[in-house]
This record gives sequence, C-alpha cells and structure tokens, in this order.
Amino acid sequence: MRDLLAGPWPWYVAGPLIGLIVPALLLLGGKKFGVSSSLRHLCAATLPARIAFFRYDWRRTGAWNLAFAAGLLVGGAIAATLLPVADPTIDLAPATRQDLAGLGIADVTGLVPADLFSWRALGAGAAGWVCLLGGGFLLGFGARWAGGCTSGHAITGLADRQLPSLVAVLGFFAGGLAVTHLLLPLLL
Amino acid sequence: MTPPPAIPIPGAAVSPSAAGRATAVPGLSALNALAAYLALGVGFGFVLAKSEAVSWFRIQEMFRFQGFHMYGLLGSAVLVAMVSLALIRRLGPRPLTGEPLDLAPKEPTPRLTRYWAGGTIFGLGWALLGACPGPIYVLIGHGETVYLLALLAALAGTWTYGWLRPRLPH
Repeated sequence: MRDLLAGPWPWYVAGPLIGLIVPALLLLGGKKFGVSSSLRHLCAATLPARIAFFRYDWRRTGAWNLAFAAGLLVGGAIAATLLPVADPTIDLAPATRQDLAGLGIADVTGLVPADLFSWRALGAGAAGWVCLLGGGFLLGFGARWAGGCTSGHAITGLADRQLPSLVAVLGFFAGGLAVTHLLLPLLL
Repeated sequence: MTPPPAIPIPGAAVSPSAAGRATAVPGLSALNALAAYLALGVGFGFVLAKSEAVSWFRIQEMFRFQGFHMYGLLGSAVLVAMVSLALIRRLGPRPLTGEPLDLAPKEPTPRLTRYWAGGTIFGLGWALLGACPGPIYVLIGHGETVYLLALLAALAGTWTYGWLRPRLPH
C-alpha cells in the first residue's frame, strides 16, 4: 500500500484525480480552477505600484487562490518527505533519454535534472540561469497575457470547449516545441 | 477599497455581491473555506508530484512526442473535467460557501491575439523551465529550492505584463 501511494502514479489514476479538482472548486466556492492568477494576487499584495491591473481587493478575490497555491507547496513537501519514491530514476521513454544524453543530460534521477536545476549547476554555467529566470519570466508574462495557464486553459478551458483556450493551448505547444527543438540544442 | 479595474479580466473577477452573499448565507465560514482550498491544493500538489507532472523530464518527453504519459494525464483530466462541467451546468448546484458558480467563458477577443501570442510566450517559458505555475510551487515544496528563482522571475513577468497591459494588443 505504501509503495503504491509513494508512486510514481500512472496517468490513468492521476489524470482523473486532477480533473476532479475542477468540480471540487466549483462545488466548494463556485471557483474556477486556475493557478497562475495567484501570481497576480502576489503582485497586487506586494508591489501594486500605480498599475491598474494590480489595484483591486486581492484579499477578497484572491485569498482562496493563494490558499490553494500554498497547498501546492505543502503537497509537494508531503510527497517528498512522508512518502518518497523508492527509486528516483524516472521511467522515461528510451528515445527521450537518448536525446537528453546527447544534450549532456545523462542523469535522469529526481524530478528535475540536477545538471541544470540545482544551486550547484547555477555556479557552473549560464544555462540554468537562462532556464530558471528566462523561463520563469516568460511563463508569468505569457500566462497573464493569455489569461490562463495549463490549469485554466489546457484543463478547464478545453473541458469547457472554449475556442480561446484551444488557441492558447496551440500557442503553448508552438512555444514549447520551438524551445525544445531549436533553442535547447543551442543552449545546452 | 479600490474598485475593480474597468476592463474585465477572465478568471479573476468576482462580483462585489458575491463576497457579501458569502457571509449572508449560512454555510461554510470564510476560514473553513480557506482551509478547504488549502486542503484541495495539498491534494492537487501531491498528485502532481506523484504523477511526475512536475518533472522537467516528462515535459521534455511530451514536447518530443516520445511518450504518452503527459498526454494521458492531461487528456483524462480534461475528460473528467468536461463531464463534471456538463453535470454542474445541468444541475446548477449551490456551492458550499453560498457564492455563485463562476462559469463565465473566456472572453473571445476579436482576433484572439492575447490567446495565441500570450500562449506562445507561455509555451517558451514552459519548455525552458519544465514546469508551469502549479508545478513551480510543488517543486519548491518538494525541496527543489532553486525554483524559488523561477517563482520570483514569474512574478516579475506577471508584474511586467500588468505594467505593459495598456499597450499590448488583446
């Protein structure tokens, strides 16, 4: 039982559970599932400056979203400490493993490559900085411009058959494919 | 109290009456509701970590079309959410807090500029980081503390959007 819970979980168990977050939030408080709004609420709470986009009552409209985001932190901590996986090697497709080895990422243990996303890697070169700071900035900027991220557009929006969300998800993939196939080979 | 911005922002707008009704209607107290949102977040974060949806490796596998894991995960989530939304639309249940159901559609701007342009920029970040906003929080909690830098950068990106918003096409 413990091993089953510790995972990794197959997609057909985890996917439906993720989908159930949508009705759970609606039935609880009528809320629409979305994570990236929390970034806006954090901006509004800390540095609204004189920007109209951040001048609103974030406590009233955003408290639920910030509590949800805080829960994500706790969920990650529980997954790592109380129920760690027995074998941290990711069961990645052999083709991906080979491609990544070609880019110099041979260590496929843990959730993220330590060769790129660790404090040690940041001391060793620029690639990790570009991925973390450049990637984070584009993610935050793009999510607000598009009015949603993976949870708001790719899950909720698609499930609600929204054309704007389909267009946004096509954009997610256009950007992701460009980075994966054009930029990463130059960067790594 | 500052009035909400004149331009409606999908996903972040709650009518003033909604907050008033939350206290007027007997139901879940505000504090209990917050605890419930936190608990749902814990569950979601745990599933994201255990399904490796927060893994840079899995995102690479997805963008290289070499594995089914992420597609199965997203596809089955969408399917379950779709059935749930259809049921909720049909039955119109009253949320536990007494607030109204937010089922507002995404605002279809004339040329959908914000969706394809913002979406593409988001995609660049998603592949660089190997994580979208939810997983950033999960990874930090999981002990990948270097993602604190990504969170700060994402806040900077969000702030920059807010600053440039009047000059960006939507």
